Amino acid sequence: MSLSKDQIQRYSRQLILPEVGVKGQETLRRSSVLIVGAGGLGSPAALYLAAAGVGKLGIIDREAVALSNLHRQILYGTEDVGRSKSDAATQRLSRLNPDVEVAAIHGSIQAETVLGFVRGYDLVLDGSDNVATRYLVNDACVLSGTPLVYGGVVGFRGQVMVIRPRQSACFRCVFPEPPAAGEIPSCQEAGVVGSAAGIVGSLMAHEALKALLGIGEGLANRLLVFEGVASRWREVPVRRDPACAVCGDVPTIRQPVAIEHPICVEVQQEGAWPRSR
Amino acid sequence: MAVTVRIPTPLQRLTNGQAEVQCDGSTVSDLLFDLEKRYPGIKERICDEQGKLRRFVNVFVNEEDIRFMQGDQTAVKAGDEVSIIPAIAGG
Repeated sequence: MSLSKDQIQRYSRQLILPEVGVKGQETLRRSSVLIVGAGGLGSPAALYLAAAGVGKLGIIDREAVALSNLHRQILYGTEDVGRSKSDAATQRLSRLNPDVEVAAIHGSIQAETVLGFVRGYDLVLDGSDNVATRYLVNDACVLSGTPLVYGGVVGFRGQVMVIRPRQSACFRCVFPEPPAAGEIPSCQEAGVVGSAAGIVGSLMAHEALKALLGIGEGLANRLLVFEGVASRWREVPVRRDPACAVCGDVPTIRQPVAIEHPICVEVQQEGAWPRSR
Repeated sequence: MAVTVRIPTPLQRLTNGQAEVQCDGSTVSDLLFDLEKRYPGIKERICDEQGKLRRFVNVFVNEEDIRFMQGDQTAVKAGDEVSIIPAIAGG
């Protein structure tokens, strides 16, 4: 598989990097990434991964484009309002880079189907917007041994972490249990700054590219926190929990199980917080 | 014996907008008690009715998760830094 003249032009600015080169470009072309959620995080992540020449991008999202998405979901334009995100994203990404095969799925992640989705990809990038999906994706990635880039954003702040199954801390190691139903307010549309989503989503794409290329230090065992009001980054070392229910020494979760009450946490106004009343 | 406690954005309205506050105590549990005394209402956001750390909220002492130490009985001393970090699920 060699690069065409156009491809050499297209990727020239990254081809000249010793960390990438022709070999790295071919690695990217052979690689596949599943993006869960084509929203505020999935938009910049998908654009950068497609632009970089990742061979296959899977995109799963259940929603249609809404006008209130456009301040942060940069995959879409005003003319896309009402279209399914999977369709609109496919079109946008194919226009950006026809080299990339886009496999868009209009639907949501379920306990029964998540392993099937995840298994077909080299890496998963979780930009979903709810707790139930986050735990399902984490568990499926651990169970299938698929590297995962987790990222979350709300208000002005965000978090990113890379999960190397059974080697580094997984989402459940750091946050062992989802909140119980009733422990948090009902789901509302989150307040979020578009640029904060852009920062977190771009960093997720960055970590994904490095993981695919096998270069640099990744954010495995490091939870990177962006406090966007103060514009400060903080890093917290995390580690695999031997008692983790899914990746621990005696796992109790052997297949993805739906969380009893699918709920959103922190998908609420900035300032809100989980509480019991 | 002042310990620095880093407050996450959503709770800063309870600390008059401060991202870092000073508290006293020899364990994390003491610190949270003192934090509540200084900034009433904040502890129930971090702990449940039984005083147990809420799920989805982690406390780190000098960047080590207290779950891997002695939980809320983890010792703290002057100059330590304590961070309260909730998970973020939004996308």
